[in-house]
Parts: sequence; C-alpha cells; structure tokens
Amino acid sequence: MHGEHYVPEPMPSLNGSRYAVAWRRFWLSSLAAEAEYRLNFILATTNSLLALAGSIFGLHLFFRTGYRLGGWSWEEALLVMGVFTLLDGFASALLNPNLNRIVSHIRDGTMDFILLKPMDSQFWVSARHFSLWGVPNVLFGLITLGYAGKKLGFGWTEWAQGSLPVALAVLILYSLWFALAATSVWFVKIYNVTFVLRSFLEAGRFPISAFPQPSRFFFTFILPVAFLTTVPAESMLGRTGAGNVAWAGVTAILLLLLSRWFWRFSLRFYTSASS
Amino acid sequence: MALIETHNLSKQYRTADKAPTLAGTIRHFLRRRYRTVEAVKDVSFSIERGEMVGFLGPNGAGKTTCLKMLTGLICPTSGTASVAGHTPFRREHPFLRQITLVMGQKQQLIWDLPPADSFRINAAVYELSDDVLKTRVGELAEMLSLSTQLSQPVRKLSLGERMKAELLAALLHRPDVLFLDEPTLGLDVNAQAAVREFLRDYNRRFGATVLLTSHYMADITALCQRILLIHKGQVIYDGALDRIVQRFAPYREVKIELANVEGQADFTRYGEVLAQDGRVVTLMIQRRNLTETVATLMRELELADLTITDPPVEQIIGRIFTKGNAA
Repeated sequence: MHGEHYVPEPMPSLNGSRYAVAWRRFWLSSLAAEAEYRLNFILATTNSLLALAGSIFGLHLFFRTGYRLGGWSWEEALLVMGVFTLLDGFASALLNPNLNRIVSHIRDGTMDFILLKPMDSQFWVSARHFSLWGVPNVLFGLITLGYAGKKLGFGWTEWAQGSLPVALAVLILYSLWFALAATSVWFVKIYNVTFVLRSFLEAGRFPISAFPQPSRFFFTFILPVAFLTTVPAESMLGRTGAGNVAWAGVTAILLLLLSRWFWRFSLRFYTSASS
Repeated sequence: MALIETHNLSKQYRTADKAPTLAGTIRHFLRRRYRTVEAVKDVSFSIERGEMVGFLGPNGAGKTTCLKMLTGLICPTSGTASVAGHTPFRREHPFLRQITLVMGQKQQLIWDLPPADSFRINAAVYELSDDVLKTRVGELAEMLSLSTQLSQPVRKLSLGERMKAELLAALLHRPDVLFLDEPTLGLDVNAQAAVREFLRDYNRRFGATVLLTSHYMADITALCQRILLIHKGQVIYDGALDRIVQRFAPYREVKIELANVEGQADFTRYGEVLAQDGRVVTLMIQRRNLTETVATLMRELELADLTITDPPVEQIIGRIFTKGNAA
C-alpha cells in the first residue's frame, strides 16, 4: 500500500495493427474456450433462446394495453427499450466477462502477467474476453429498434441522429462499469458492486420522464442513466437539441478519462497476491 | 554498467493481525491494528549481463518481494533499482519487452485451451510474425522436449508439462532478463531436472541473464555460480557458491569408524556429534582445531576408518538460517 514513488504507466503509443491483431486473437480464443465445453455450449444457447422468448412475451404484454408512459407513445418507449436491450447485450458480451475477471486477477495475483505485458493494461482487462451470450440481446435490441423505427416511419436521418448518442451511451456505460470494477484493487469482492450498478441501470428500460423528479435528477447527474437510453431515443425522434447530445459527449469523455485515471491510480495500490 | 543494479532497496508492508476467535474477527473488522513489516531491507547488489544468480532463502525471507520490485510489479518503499537501464516500476514498454517473469504457482496459459492458443496471443502482444512464432515455438519446444502436449488443453497437462509450456510462453519474445520465482515448485525430480537443464541451455544459447529464486538447494547448486543469500529481508551473503563453505562453515565433518563397539567414549569431548550409528560417528569440528583433534582421536580411540569432508552446502545454509544471523 505504498504509492509514494509512483510513476504512471506511460501512455501506450497505440500501434493500431498490434492492438487489432491482439484483439482478434483475444476474442477468437475466448470463443474457442467456450466451445471447448460442448454440452455447456448447447445449454447456454438454449438458455439464451429461452430468455429471448421470455423478453418477446414481456414485450407482447407491453403492447396489449394502451397506456402512455411519461408522455411517450408505445413505439417511442419501444425505442428506449431497444437501446436498453442493446446495451444490456453489450454488457453481457463484453463488460461482464472482462471486468468481473479483474477481481480474480487481483485475488489470485495473475494481474502480474497483465501488468508485465508491453500492452496497455486497461485495454487488456477490458478487451480480453468476449461472451457469445450477449449477442442475442444485441440482436434483439436491434430488432426492437428496427420495428419501432419502422412504425414511426424512420428514415436514414433518424437513424443517423441516433447512432452518435448510442455510441456515447456505450462509452458511458463502459467507463462507469470499469471504474467500479477497478475498485476491486482495494475491496477485492467487488462483484456485488457491479450487481448494484446493473440494477440501477435497469431504470434505463423506461424513458426518464416516466420517473418522478428526484429520480430524474439522480439518473441524469449522479448516475447518467438518462444519457444511456433516453437521450439516444430522443435524438432519433428529433426531440432533443444538439445541446443534450453535446452533454452526453462531454459526460462520455469525462467518464472515460476518469476511468483511465482511476485505473492507474488504483494500480498504485496493487500489491500482487503473495506467493 | 551492470544489467541489474539495486541500491538500498527496501519494501515495507502494512499488515493487520487477526486473532482466530470470533472476538478477534470482530476486532479485526472494527478496529484493525496495523503493523509495519519490513519485507526487504537495504538490499544492494549488481548483476552483470549473462550471469545466473540464485536468490536463496527460507519462505518469507523477501525473495519474491525483491523479484516483484525488480520486475516493476510493486514500488519500492525506498532505495533504487535499475534493470537494463530502466526503472522497473515505470513499466515502460521497451523495458517490459526485455524481461519475463515465470512464477511457479501462477499461470498465464489459458486453462481450457492448448498452450498454442496462448502463444498466439503473446505473439500478437510482442508483434511476432507467424513465421517467427513458428520458429521460436519449434526451437523452444525442442529444448523442452514438448510436442503433442502443445495441442492439448492446458488442464489436461501434467504439472511438469504445464510448467514447461509456461516457460515457453514466457520466453517467446526472447527476453534478455529472466526472473524466475520458484520455477520448479511442486515438480517431481525428473521434471525439476528437465527445467534446470533447459534454463542452463537457454542461458548459454542466448546469453540471457537469469535471476532465480528457489528454496530447493538443488536448483541453485545446479544452475548458479553465484548466490544471494537472503534472510529476514537482508542479503547476508553475495558470492560464489563454493566460497560459502569457507565463509560460513569454519568447521569440517569428521566421520570415524570405530574398530569395535565396546568401549565407546563420550564423543562430545572432541566436537559436536552430528550422528552416531553403531560404530560410525560423525563429528563437526572447528577448522582451527582440526589437526589437533584428529590427532587426539587417533591417539585415544581405536579407529578402523577416518574421513574428513566439507559439510554439504544445504546444511551450512540451513544452520545460517536457523541461527538467523550473518557470520
């Protein structure tokens, strides 16, 4: 626990191709590792299909009534739901498998190997694994968006307007999740904390205006859930000005920088499990 | 300039003690009492390129902590270290490309996949082309006598095979400096010998500098001309292995075989009795009294045989560690 002489890990001179090759091999090897257990593979596929069917059923219930949520029509609310499902899939495919492993790397001391690779350690712990089980949700999110968009008569403009805020939402979600996972350097058993984060993010299923005022404040400024789903949906609907998107951009960049700074800060306290 | 150099390298840890009782657990949770442990104290040494140096010491002596400071995993509390012209804790990429760390009880290979998959990932990290990767894997696999094991999932390999594959993965980028922390831990005698043989071979072939920790004496005696004896965080000896006998063992072992069992005397008069088995008695005698004592022995006892040897290095080092001080 001594960081007095800390000198920061130097910024990597991002050599595009090296990181790209590594990234591809990371994902291929994690797919291969999942395929190693064939029965598990089959069970997990079945599980994903059932979960998908469940979500469709839930959505069907949504459609049957004629209630308006926070001033949003069903199709509009579906956009929020679509973005949420998309992000949820992203979290299951990338955030969960990678960032939850930081804990075991720290507990078992295998973080040593990562820190001694001439490669940005944040990149390594964030991109090393890929789980196939997030893919159905990504697809389902896209289908939901496509369906709602079609009903609302979206053209290329609307989709283009929505894509930047969605990308920013991905960045925001990653940065929040990563910063929380980095605290495992101190707390080790961080699994619960990311679980709490995930529950809060559930709020992103619905348009932010469906919540009472204090919650809206919380989900915009404390935990920027609003930027994750509502702002992208509003952008597609042309309901939000460039201002809100700019805010989302600022939030995303700040959070990303914060996560980077925080990672390096936390590594000062990494003592490497003894052997 | 030396390849590895440290000056007064020190590391202190803060740890908390906990009593095993429930009350102890509650106290540990509410009001934790910390104390500072000096894991490494004022360690200074320098190692030249191509040397093979053994870090020898009992568990908890500070060997691993030293190694972690030299690889840049942890930051020294005070003092300096320099490896290949770099300050390790900065973990600059040009530095990381030159070193490797192999740990006997931690593994980097992907558990569910064959070692070859892990090699491909390391190759991408170190920017090795497929051709170079193939050549190096072939070369190292031959030195390690690995072949079909490289296409079996790591979880199906024996401990010895896994360690060899770990070495291969750690050496793909052909590092100049090898830090090995207990690389033979838990291996059977044959596998230990194979790993040692490989390391010697690697050092000779590539001129790599090797710093090795082990609590197996055999690893050190087989590989290192020079040892750093570390005890309670301090280096108590730095030098050639054979000189340690002169330095720390001002005594010799005298083994006598009595002509008959009867009339056994009190042998403690002559020196410390190490073993007594029937007619064979092993004595430890101060070097300065050696001639005199041997003469007395021959005069006073009826001997069938007498041999004088240096005590084994293991024994000397064991005595140093149990006595707990430097000579």
